[in-house]
Amino acid sequence: MPEPMVQVHEVTKVYERGRQKIEVLHGLTLDIPKGDFVALMGPSGSGKTTLLNLIGGLDQPTSGEIAVGGKRIDQLGSGQLASWRARNVGFVFQFYNLMPVLSAEANIELPLLLTRLSAAERRRNVAVALEVVGLADRAKHKPRELSGGQEQRVAIARALVSDPQLLVCDEPTGDLDRKTADEILGLLQVLNREHGKTIVIVTHDPKAAEFARRTLHLEKGQLLEQAA
Amino acid sequence: MLRQAFAITGLSIRSIPERWAPSLVIVIGLAGVVAVFTALLAMAAGFESTLKATGRHDAAIILRGGSDAELNSAFDRDSTDLIKQEPGIRPGADGKPLASAELMVIAELVRKDDVKSGANVTVRGVEPAAFALRPRLKIIAGRNFTPGVRELIVGRGVLAQFQGANIGQVVRMRGSEWTVVGEFESGDSHESEMWTDINVARSTFGRIGSSSVLAALDEPGGFERLRAAIAAEPRLSMDVLREQDYFSSQTRQFRATIGVLAGVVTVIMGLGAVFAALNSMYAAVAARGKEIATLRALGFGGFPVVVSVMIEALLLALGGAMLGALIAYLLFNNLSVSTLGQNFTQVVFSFKVTPALVVRGLVIALFIGMLGGFLPALRAARLPVTTSLRES
Amino acid sequence: MTRSGFVIANLFRKRVRTILTLLSVIMAFLLFGLLQSVNTVFSSGADFVGATRLFVQARVSFTTPLPVSMVPKLEAIPGVARVAYQQWFGGVWQTNTPLIMFALDPQRYHDVYPEWKMPEAQWQAFEHTRTGLIVGRQLAKQYGWKIGQKIPISSNIWPQKNGSKAWQFDLVGIFDGKDEDWQKRTNLAFIQQDYFDEANQFGIKGRTNFFILKLADGANAEAVSKTVDAMFENSPDETKTQTEKDFNISFVKQIGDIGLIVRWILFAVFFTLLLVVGNTMAQSVRERIPELAVLKTLGFSDGSVLGFVLAEAFALVLAGGLVGLALASLAGAMVEKATGGQFLLKLDVSVWLLGVAAIVLMSLAVGLLPALRARRLRIVDALAGR
Repeated sequence: MPEPMVQVHEVTKVYERGRQKIEVLHGLTLDIPKGDFVALMGPSGSGKTTLLNLIGGLDQPTSGEIAVGGKRIDQLGSGQLASWRARNVGFVFQFYNLMPVLSAEANIELPLLLTRLSAAERRRNVAVALEVVGLADRAKHKPRELSGGQEQRVAIARALVSDPQLLVCDEPTGDLDRKTADEILGLLQVLNREHGKTIVIVTHDPKAAEFARRTLHLEKGQLLEQAA
Repeated sequence: MLRQAFAITGLSIRSIPERWAPSLVIVIGLAGVVAVFTALLAMAAGFESTLKATGRHDAAIILRGGSDAELNSAFDRDSTDLIKQEPGIRPGADGKPLASAELMVIAELVRKDDVKSGANVTVRGVEPAAFALRPRLKIIAGRNFTPGVRELIVGRGVLAQFQGANIGQVVRMRGSEWTVVGEFESGDSHESEMWTDINVARSTFGRIGSSSVLAALDEPGGFERLRAAIAAEPRLSMDVLREQDYFSSQTRQFRATIGVLAGVVTVIMGLGAVFAALNSMYAAVAARGKEIATLRALGFGGFPVVVSVMIEALLLALGGAMLGALIAYLLFNNLSVSTLGQNFTQVVFSFKVTPALVVRGLVIALFIGMLGGFLPALRAARLPVTTSLRES
Repeated sequence: MTRSGFVIANLFRKRVRTILTLLSVIMAFLLFGLLQSVNTVFSSGADFVGATRLFVQARVSFTTPLPVSMVPKLEAIPGVARVAYQQWFGGVWQTNTPLIMFALDPQRYHDVYPEWKMPEAQWQAFEHTRTGLIVGRQLAKQYGWKIGQKIPISSNIWPQKNGSKAWQFDLVGIFDGKDEDWQKRTNLAFIQQDYFDEANQFGIKGRTNFFILKLADGANAEAVSKTVDAMFENSPDETKTQTEKDFNISFVKQIGDIGLIVRWILFAVFFTLLLVVGNTMAQSVRERIPELAVLKTLGFSDGSVLGFVLAEAFALVLAGGLVGLALASLAGAMVEKATGGQFLLKLDVSVWLLGVAAIVLMSLAVGLLPALRARRLRIVDALAGR
């Protein structure tokens, strides 16, 4: 069997708040195969966002190992981690976090500034990404001129534009109404089934389980396995 | 209406500490403007008051026609004697006309703070009557010079700015040595001078006449009589001025220059302060947006909101102005400096931070505060209530 | 879009705030430009003047006259190539416009100041016309004087023998400077010493205010100065000799320490500006913490994020600074035109260079702390709102 996309092995994460030490994850082990679409669910404080941050390389475990795409990321320095993120992961957050001063297409182009592509090539990639999320006609609009769902599509396009293998989403539908949320989840499903992206989302939305291939439950920093 | 305004103002002022950074910007900005403005004009005021204090209304100075300044004026012994006999001059204690012929020459002294370059100082050769003509002049250390001997008395200002002229020291002028024997004060520009006997000055400097004649006027009407008589005398071509007017006019150029400098600097700094104040007040209004909107929703009118914003701006401006005036006062008041006078000699004077100056600074600050508060105040009053409540 | 496009777009997040801050920066640098050029005018002492000329004045004051008979003694000093002299005339044009005007020996002056350019015929005319007058190009332009005109000029020191203060001269030459610096100084007027001696009321003959010594090649200025002063020490005509440049500087120094005043004012101005712009930058970064965190998630390094903030500060101060300096340059040029070249206030290269240095320093000062904050922020904490 080919190597899993994401390999988490005995990972523990401890936060220090002042003098207190809070252990959020306890020796967690988990594999995510390539092409999987996983929904991480659980109550507040269960550690699901923490796990997501570690998988996406936004933070590092206190102990344990994490490998993504065969590469160990738990030992990388912050500069190396940044470069790794640029090439390998795309992020989508609950509150869209688009740059309000940039247009939709400029927002999407932002990650490409880290590459050596020429301006023309960048524009091409942005156009493709806009097509994929179905927002080609909104390219020049600023975030404040877009609806919630449209902003989220732009965020997804930005996450895709460098063609990463892994897409990581933290509550992507948390701020949307039912209809729009379903549209977004549907888009993610298309990206997974037709474009082969490995997707991990953290969500409170019970309907997300229907769109994902697998659902994992976390409670108090530990996994409760459940088959898809 | 007024009560509403004060209520809101009280609220807004109490929240200033939370917005301390932008508030500090206004205070410091205005402190800077006022400090610079006050310091520059204190310089002009000091110079003017020193020269204005010099010279009395009831004494006249007679100079060679068209000379403008004592430096350019020179006339011979005969003219001097003629002048002294003209009508309009008050008799002195000895019954003779109270007038003193004076000779202005220039000496070089080294500054206390800048050893390399020398500066020119006025040396005034005087007759005994000169002292009677200047009752405010008092010898405060040492003794007066002896007539016929190369001795000097120096003004307090000279000792403050220059070295080498203390009592007992020797000043070299024109290849000869002069001993300093006393120090005097007079509360005017004469404190920038060194005095000696006119005849010794004449012989040492190779001069035979005088630079000017100072005469006490037999008022009322003495000035007119003297002026008319001298004008009518064909052998004399002189300018007759009241002593006070002469010295006042000497400040004209300095005042004009400083006036222009202070004006330009204050306008530009003031504009900068207006922009900074606008920035801060807009930020203040934005920070208080929710609070203002709530008040409006509760029924407070737009006008009290405007008033509260304006008052906040004015109070901060006032605070800055007082800080600036204080800084100017502490750093500069009574600071002794000297500059080039009309005779190409140094005039020693002190910065004078007067109450009038402080008031002017406060007025300017209030004006800036008003400009900086007005537009933001309007914006605060006109913000749609719902937007403000949602935005915050 | 590019990185710089991104930086500039961020500047305009809050347009009003950026514009007001920009205006403050412009005002500060406008003042900087004007005050520094005033300072430069006063302290440069004409750096373009070489050390090849020495000024000899009476030790006590340049207002005290010296006898022209000193000339042969001065010429005899080794290292002295030529001696000229000039006497302050105190010229006044039309009641109360003072002129910078001297009485001198035309031949000698011509030899000592090769920087003035005038046709040989005009120099000859000056030498041979008793009542001759030559003026610099600037002066001639200012008052519309033409060669051949009779120019009446009064003196507020020297009346003529007939008692009248009004003297009459024939304009026989107009001179230019050899380059731009010298051209700026063509606001001078010269007449013949001989005529002056003959016609002044006091019968003052053979007196002058300065001697100007042109040094021979390789002569040591300091050595010659010392020799001159030693020669006349303890005589009734004690001298003070210094290079032309030092003479100019010392004259200005007597007015006062202009540099100190300018420095104090600029200190107050820039201190305030630091606060204003620093506050703006700090606020701007504080509002954007989540956005900066997102940049990091995208893969921008901590250093890049620091760079973005610094670049923003730099762009703001650079734009305002350049505009301010340009305005100062414009204002200076207008002043120069309005006063007919009397007030040379145009910003020269040194002021611009100093201005750019100030821009760089101020950018660092206002941008560094916010930039470091941006660099330090941790993605996870920032996104969680901590």
